[in-house]
Amino acid sequence: MSIKHSLLVMLQQRQRYGFELREEFERSTGSTWPLNIGQVYTTLDRLERDGLVADRGTDDQGHRYYEITEAGRIEVVGWFATPVAPSTPPRNELAIKLALALSTPGVDVDAVVQTQRISTIQTMQGYVRARREADRANKAEDLSWRLVLESLIYSAEAELKWLDHCEAKMSSMAKPDPAMAAGTAALATKTTQTKASS
Amino acid sequence: MINTNKRQLLELDAVTKTYGEGATSVAALRDVSFSVDEGEFVAVMGPSGSGKSSLLALAGGLDTASSGEVYVQDTPLGKLNTNELARLRRRAVGYVFQDFNLIPTLTAVENAALPLELDGWKPAKAHRVAKNALRQVGIEHLANRFMDQLSGGQQQRVAIARAIIGERRLILADEPTGALDSVTGNGVLEVLRERADAGAAVVMVTHEPRHAGWADRVVFLKDGRIVDQTALQSDPASLLAAR
Repeated sequence: MSIKHSLLVMLQQRQRYGFELREEFERSTGSTWPLNIGQVYTTLDRLERDGLVADRGTDDQGHRYYEITEAGRIEVVGWFATPVAPSTPPRNELAIKLALALSTPGVDVDAVVQTQRISTIQTMQGYVRARREADRANKAEDLSWRLVLESLIYSAEAELKWLDHCEAKMSSMAKPDPAMAAGTAALATKTTQTKASS
Repeated sequence: MINTNKRQLLELDAVTKTYGEGATSVAALRDVSFSVDEGEFVAVMGPSGSGKSSLLALAGGLDTASSGEVYVQDTPLGKLNTNELARLRRRAVGYVFQDFNLIPTLTAVENAALPLELDGWKPAKAHRVAKNALRQVGIEHLANRFMDQLSGGQQQRVAIARAIIGERRLILADEPTGALDSVTGNGVLEVLRERADAGAAVVMVTHEPRHAGWADRVVFLKDGRIVDQTALQSDPASLLAAR
């Protein structure tokens, strides 16, 4: 997540101080990615050092205001014009865990999949409820929050579909169940007999 | 929030369903026990052939258990004769089918009123109640349209109106958004969710992970057995940082 660009975007609207930037960020993303106030201040220092924001001094309440510079505005335009590039395959702990589970003797991979499935469904239930509440309130200022929730729902859905896929793949690779093999054989014999007699 | 005073509207007690006999017999459900309370929305998931649709058919009295018992509002279905079972289905159970099962030569309000009319209600009164059901699913203005004058989503809403009409508080839905786009599908889920919030027990078979997000509980079937289920959600807000 680019804190640097998020702060610049918010400063493009008007001058703001650190705490206010954090509040605004959390409001528009529904506190999905909590921002540490320390991160805000260190990022502002770096932005100032790089000439992307300028310190506009402190008001009588002690708030230190920052303003975006021309170079900062150009940086924002560039950020919106550039796709978010996944750093060569993004680290996915679940994929790593399943890969290791498959190659480690004695690990019940089906159980690993099911444990994850339950957890992801419960997470998604929370997102869906939150979105229904936001939909019902139907406030224009909540639009970004609702879209963030949709993004989380789609990610959870993708993960669940991938888990289904893993399970199906694993069961097709597994040895055929002897009972099912016997049933199939019996059915095949019956079909052959039916064909022969007709 | 778990309320222990809630009434159980559906219970399957050690239900087994076997089709066929001898070596080629297939067990669709094996020793399945589970129950659904009023106000609860349960999603049933599992691979093809896991017994999802069999479970729904048994719960709705469309099929009979080979062993075990199904209770709908505390009535054991196995103890009912054909007429009693049909009456219970008309009065207590609402079914939503994937392919709607609506009658093309009837209007929306006539389709929705059908279970009441079959139950001996006077048409005028049945239609009044049906209009109310159509209003609840947001299509009262389409009451006099025939099925070929309605979109897929609108037809599915008629099917839901028919399922929720009258006193029926157990709603069974088999892939209810199967033929619908995602926005219309969400509308259908919203209606089912609202019914559960209003006190109905809803059981929905689905293969779509996204739909599970609408349920209070998800039951997983595999090879005719319940292999797992999620706990009832009590505090979804805790999943997200304080807002």
